[in-house]
Amino acid sequence: MFNQFKTAILMTLVLTLITGLIYPLTMTLLARAIFPYQANGSLITHKNKIIGSKLISQDFTEAKYFHPRLSAVNHNADKSGGSNLGPTNKKLIGRIKSDWKKLKLENPSKSVPFDLITTSASGLDPHITPEAAVFQVPRIARLRKLKEEEILKLINRHIELKQLGILGEKRVNVLELNLALDKY
Amino acid sequence: MTINGIIEIVFYCLIVLLLIKPLGLYMAKVFNKESTLLDPIFCPIEKIIYKLCSVNSREEQNWIKYTQALILFNFIGVVFLYIILRFQNLLPFNPCKCSAIPADLAFNIATSFASNTNWQTYAPEGIISYFTEMLGFTVQNFVSAGVGIAVVIAFTRAFAREQTENIGNFWVDLTRSILWILLPLSFILAMVFIFEGVPQNLNSPTQIITLEGKSQTILQGPVASRESIKELGTNGGGFFNANSAHPYENPTPFTNFLQLIAIFLIGAALTNTFGRMVKDERQGWVLFSAMAVLFLIGVIITYYFESIGNPLLKDLNINGNMEGKEVRFGLVDSILYAVVTTAASCGAVNSMHDSFQPIAGMIPLINIMLGEIIVGGVGVGLSGMFLFAIIGVFIAGLMVGRTPEYIGKKIETKEIKMSVLAVLILPLCVHCFTALACVTPFGVKGVLNSGPHGFTEIIYAFSSASGNNGSAFGGLNVNTFFYNLTTGLAMLVGRFLIIIPTLAIAGSLVRKKIVPPSNGTLPTTDLTFVFYLILVIITVGGLVYFPALSLGPIVEHFLMINGKAF
Repeated sequence: MFNQFKTAILMTLVLTLITGLIYPLTMTLLARAIFPYQANGSLITHKNKIIGSKLISQDFTEAKYFHPRLSAVNHNADKSGGSNLGPTNKKLIGRIKSDWKKLKLENPSKSVPFDLITTSASGLDPHITPEAAVFQVPRIARLRKLKEEEILKLINRHIELKQLGILGEKRVNVLELNLALDKY
Repeated sequence: MTINGIIEIVFYCLIVLLLIKPLGLYMAKVFNKESTLLDPIFCPIEKIIYKLCSVNSREEQNWIKYTQALILFNFIGVVFLYIILRFQNLLPFNPCKCSAIPADLAFNIATSFASNTNWQTYAPEGIISYFTEMLGFTVQNFVSAGVGIAVVIAFTRAFAREQTENIGNFWVDLTRSILWILLPLSFILAMVFIFEGVPQNLNSPTQIITLEGKSQTILQGPVASRESIKELGTNGGGFFNANSAHPYENPTPFTNFLQLIAIFLIGAALTNTFGRMVKDERQGWVLFSAMAVLFLIGVIITYYFESIGNPLLKDLNINGNMEGKEVRFGLVDSILYAVVTTAASCGAVNSMHDSFQPIAGMIPLINIMLGEIIVGGVGVGLSGMFLFAIIGVFIAGLMVGRTPEYIGKKIETKEIKMSVLAVLILPLCVHCFTALACVTPFGVKGVLNSGPHGFTEIIYAFSSASGNNGSAFGGLNVNTFFYNLTTGLAMLVGRFLIIIPTLAIAGSLVRKKIVPPSNGTLPTTDLTFVFYLILVIITVGGLVYFPALSLGPIVEHFLMINGKAF
C-alpha cells in the first residue's frame, strides 16, 4: 500500500512534467515558429494598429457597416456563451418576433435571414450567412452612396465556401467585409 | 434535413469506420507489448518513467491491487489539482492575474477533471490561469483518459486469459496509453488545429480598439495543446466558456470535423482492440454495431426535430433552429456534434443544447442516461457496454434455462450482482439528486427557463455529472455551493462506483476457465445478438428514465406544438 502510494505521487509528478509542461510548451514554441499568425490569434492589423481578430466578432452597430449576429455577451471577447433560452421561453419568442419586425421594416423585399435574429453559440461568431449579408445591402448602399451591385460583388468575393465541398456552411466574415467596405 | 447534410453525416461515419481497424490493431500491439513504429521514441522514456517512479513493469497485479493503484492515483490527482486551483494566484503563467479559486468550486473542478467529466460550473475566462490550464487541466485530460483505457484493457484481459489472478499492471497500462496513444495523436491534431487558427501562446490579453472605435479585450492562451486532448480523451472541458463553439477553440468546419472524429476515434477503435485481444474480432464488431445503430437513431431524430424549427415562430416562416448555433457549422455540424459528444461522454459542445427543440435536446440527454455506452468515454464507455452484454446473456440464459456465458466465460452470481450495481447506480444517482434539487429552494433558484424546460435543465445537469459527460443545458446557474457540492459528489459516484464493480468483475472472470461454446451457448457474434443487445440497453438502461423524461422534454414538446410558451 505504501509503495503504491509513493508510486502514485511520483507518477503524478512525472506525468505532469511530460503532459503539462513539456507537451504544451513544445507546442507553443513550434506554433510560434511555424504558424505565428494563427498561433497568436489571427489578429488583423489596419493602419499599423491591431483592430481585431479575424475569428472574433465585433459589435458593429453603425448603419454603414454590416451587422454581425446577436451576442449574449455583447461581443466582449473576455467572455463567451449563448443565450441558453429554451424553445418555449417567452423571452426568446418575444425577442425573435420583435427583431424580425424591425428587420422586415428595413428591407421588406427579402425574407429575414434567421441567423440575424438569433444569438450565436459563442457570442463571438465572426460570420453571417451570405443571405444575411445580401439582406443588409440596400441600407449600406444608401448610406455609402454606392451601387447595390458593387456591394453584392464585394460580398461575393468574401464568401467562404464549404470546406472539402461538404463541411460546414457558406459564410461571410463580417469584420473582413467591413474592412473591405471601408477601403472601397 | 438536406441531402448535403446527410452526405456529411455518412462521410463522417465512413471515416470513423475506416480508422477503427488500423488504430484497433495498433492499440492491441501497444498493450500486448508487441513492437510498434513508435518504440524507438517511447521505449527509452518509458524505462525512465518506471525507474523514477519505482514501478516494476514485469510485475502484474490482481484486481484489488490494480484498483488500489487506480484509486490512489486518482486521489492524488484530485488533491494535486485542488492545490493548484487554490494557489494559482501565486503560481507562474498567470498573465490574466487570476485569483485563487474558492474551496467549493475548486473541489468541483478537481473532481470534474479527475473523473473525466470536465463539467464546468464556471466561465473559465479570466478565472483559470495558464498554469492551471497546462499543469492542471491538460494533465488530467491525459491521465483520466489513460485511466479509462487502462480499465477496459484490464477488463479485456479477463476474457483473454484464464485461471490466473492477474489483470495487468495499472502503471504500465496508464503509461503506455499516454505515451503511445494519447500524446502522439494529440500532437498531430494540435498542429492541424493551430494551422486552422486555434491560438497557442502564453500572451496576456490583447486590448484593441475596433473599427467602430469601441474597446475589446481578446483572451487567448495555450488553447490548441489542450483542445486536441480534450477531444481525443473525451474530456470536453473548454478553454473558453463557449467551449467548441468559440471561434478560437473551433475556428473552421474542418477543425469541427476533426474534433468529431477525435471524440469517437479511440472509443470506437477500442472495440476492435478488444476483439483482437480475445482473439475474435467479431466480438468487437458486434458491440460496435449495437453502438452504431443507437447512434444513427439519435442522429436522425435530432436532425429531424432541429430542422423543422420552432412551431411558436411558424408565422415568421422560418425553417431550422439557429438560436445558440454558429453560422460556420449550421444545423448539421451542430446536431452531429451534440449527438457525438453525448454518446461518447465527451461533453464538449459547439452549440447550446439548452436552446435545442425539446425532442432534439432530449436525445443528447438520453445518450448520457444510457450510460454513454454508444462508443462512450475512452475505455469506460466500452466497459459499460460489457456490463450490458453480461446482463444480456444472463437474461437470455434465464429464458433458455442454461448457465449464461460470454466469450467463453461462465457468468455467475458475482458478475451479475456487480453488473446490476454498476448499471443501476447511474439512474439512482440522477434521480435522487434531481429530486433533491427540485424540492429545495437553492436547487430551483439556478433555473433559467421556466416550465418543463427548467426541469430538463436540472435533470440534464445531474445526468451529465453522474455520467461523467460534462455537457450542460447551460442556462442552469450551477456555480453555487449546492450545485458545486452535489454535482461534485455525483461525478465521483458516477466514476468510481462504476469502475470498481467493473474491475471486480474482471478479477472474477480472469480466474475462470475458458469453456468452448456448446449447444446451449447464446452466440454473441451475430446480428441477432446486436438487436438483442440494443433491446436490453433500451429496456434495462433506458426505461427507468421514461417517467422523468415525460415530465421534461416530452411534455414540453406537446405544449409547444399546442402554442404554449413559458
